[in-house]
Amino acid sequence: MTMDKKNGLRHTIGVLVENQPGVLSRVAGLFSGRGFNIESLTVAVTNEPGLSRITLVTSGDQHILEQIIKQLNKLINVIKVIDFRDTEFVEREMALIKVRAEQATRAEVLRIVDIFRAKVVDVSPHFFTIEVTGDDGKINAILELLGQIGIVEVARTGKAALARAKKR
Amino acid sequence: MKRTGAQIFFECLKRENVEVIFGFPGGAVIDLYHEMPKHDIRHILVRHEQGAAHMADGYARATGKVGVCLVTSGPGATNTVTGIATAYMDSVPMVVFTGQVPTALIGNDAFQEVDIVGITRPCTKHNYLVKDVRDLARVIREAFYLARTGRPGPVLVDLPKDVIQASTDFRYPKRVQLPGYRPTVEPHAGQINRAWDLLRKAKRPVIYAGGGVISSSAHRELTRLAEALQAPVTTTLMGLGGFPAVVRNDKGQRELHPLWLGMLGMHGTFRANMAVQNCDVLFAVGARFDDRVTGKISGFAPKAKIIHIDVDPTSISKNVVVDIPIVGDCKAALRKLNDIAKQEPLENVDDLRAPWLEQIHQWRETYPLAYKKEGNGIKPQYVVEKIFELADEETIITTEVGQNQMWAAQYYHFAKPRTLLTSGGLGTMGYGLPAAIGAQAAFPDRLVIDVAGDGSIQMNIQELITAVCNELPVKVAILNNRYLGMVRQWQELFYDKNFCATCLDASPDFVRLAEAYGAVGLRAKSMEEVEPVLREALSVQKPVLMDFWVSPEEGVYPMVPAGKNISEMLLV
Ligand SMILES: Cc1ncc(C[n+]2csc(CCOP(=O)(O)OP(=O)(O)O)c2C)c(N)n1
Ligand SMILES: [Mg+2]
Repeated sequence: MTMDKKNGLRHTIGVLVENQPGVLSRVAGLFSGRGFNIESLTVAVTNEPGLSRITLVTSGDQHILEQIIKQLNKLINVIKVIDFRDTEFVEREMALIKVRAEQATRAEVLRIVDIFRAKVVDVSPHFFTIEVTGDDGKINAILELLGQIGIVEVARTGKAALARAKKR
Repeated sequence: MKRTGAQIFFECLKRENVEVIFGFPGGAVIDLYHEMPKHDIRHILVRHEQGAAHMADGYARATGKVGVCLVTSGPGATNTVTGIATAYMDSVPMVVFTGQVPTALIGNDAFQEVDIVGITRPCTKHNYLVKDVRDLARVIREAFYLARTGRPGPVLVDLPKDVIQASTDFRYPKRVQLPGYRPTVEPHAGQINRAWDLLRKAKRPVIYAGGGVISSSAHRELTRLAEALQAPVTTTLMGLGGFPAVVRNDKGQRELHPLWLGMLGMHGTFRANMAVQNCDVLFAVGARFDDRVTGKISGFAPKAKIIHIDVDPTSISKNVVVDIPIVGDCKAALRKLNDIAKQEPLENVDDLRAPWLEQIHQWRETYPLAYKKEGNGIKPQYVVEKIFELADEETIITTEVGQNQMWAAQYYHFAKPRTLLTSGGLGTMGYGLPAAIGAQAAFPDRLVIDVAGDGSIQMNIQELITAVCNELPVKVAILNNRYLGMVRQWQELFYDKNFCATCLDASPDFVRLAEAYGAVGLRAKSMEEVEPVLREALSVQKPVLMDFWVSPEEGVYPMVPAGKNISEMLLV
């Protein structure tokens, strides 16, 4: 949980849903219809047939978060809502960053890529496309450094999150 | 044996014991209408699909069963939306079947195509587009199950034309499998004990009951608990009838129940609002702290610890943070509390409660519900009082929206659940007449009266012909004030008497209009004519439209201005 200056607590929620048409718009419609924020949302199938996992990042005070979780649970196609507030969890996001890489800056870009354990996934005479995975902090940090060199485009996936396995 | 989608549709309705469908045909559902005569099911042909939805709703509210309507795609479907939203806001079990263009055309802007599943997503409990005839029986089974269980609500099923025409083996699923849907019915025992502890120690308890008491049929349990605790009871508009406002005395006359406070909120009674503002324990049962009830939320029941039972967890601590939340069915929870009350009854409960009930009695004496009897024209409140006098406990009252609705809620005393059908949450003008028709279809022998306004009645007046040709003898009492009265009242009180667009001096002649439809039209212009007109209306076995010329400037009081504490009432 992190503080968002404008909207209070930022919060990650996992939602296991039945893989039915329209399920994503039910979830999205719930947020827009009730005035809840969505900062990011990812969705993809899981290992269980017929189930998808949505990971969404929202913000609001505890009262609003309670409502969001209850309202999500109320959707018929939602099987389970994972409230990460009182669980240890890991979250990751991937970003593709197209950065200007001219003669003078190529080495600098590669050094940054190396430090962040990122990867160059596409190279052209004037640009590198970089793939980086990590938490918020890491992605924001590399974006800031590369920004000084010249970012052309960014595509971020939004967060995916899972609870940590229980330690013995 | 293979069956067509249309055959399966009617088989399923039979399994769900559907006795009546309110509907209107069109190209997309013509196969269903083609199949219909082969099945033993009643169809009531409406004149506007909004009427069909409200009739299904009225049928459902009056009976507790699931109401069903059937309409075509596109405009047929969109015409039901207000009716669906009305049912959604008031948690009414309903299944709406809409036709849809053939699956191959969906998304092509085909003739009469509309994404009704998308449109109704926020105002249905759930909805379905059936893309394969093999899913049809399962979906219908689920739709009825969802509509009536948990917190009830409307479910929409969209039926593409080719799905209805296709064939498959028919098997009605024995059970539904909805892994994401597990409403909590049984309340948590620990919470029940905590609630009892609070109730037991309360000095100034108030029970605040809502529509949940009616949808879970918990009225008897509620009355028993209130009497055991000697706790006064107020209800929301939706809860009226959930507690017997009147009981018969030895002489068979109806008198107010000693624990009855009347409705609370914006147009609540003085004593109900004062009791809530001064109580030490507020016990909310199947109510949802709507803004029309609470007024200024931070000033609501300021001295009270709050217990709240609701089957829908999202209703709990949504507007008001409560001390003891209880998720579960109202009836189940009240039963548990009654069991405890039986085992450990309160000692000297009458003495214990005397000061509080005395205080309430004084509030009632100081500011009873009242209106000025003098003045020109008929007093609308008087019309409602007379209706109450001539009706009995079985009479079903529906209302339109506005002043008429509030006067019906204030001056008619509901003794039984499901005898007031009114659009509480959405406040839908045009609800009352079709809802009355739906209720009358369920109970042909009961008296059904729509207390109407001259504005609202015109919103679904076309259904008068539905009542006439189906021999459903509903009575409509128009409190004709020549105004959109409730809006006019706000303009008078809060908008510098700028009566913009609220004057209705150009209404039709309602008596002749009734006659044009083949109904009976009656008019009363003076107080003396009120009772004879009502008596005559009740004596005919036909739909009757009564036009009461009431005093145009009458207001609904008490009134709590929006955003004020509910103790800050404007009184007569
Ligand atoms: C469909 C719809 N449109 C508008 C409103 C807003 N509205 C609430 S009460 C009211 C006046 C209703 O007039 P009438 O039916 O004559 O009832 P009265 O208040 O005069 O008894 C209006 C316009 C509404 N509730 N529903
Ligand atoms: Mg009027």
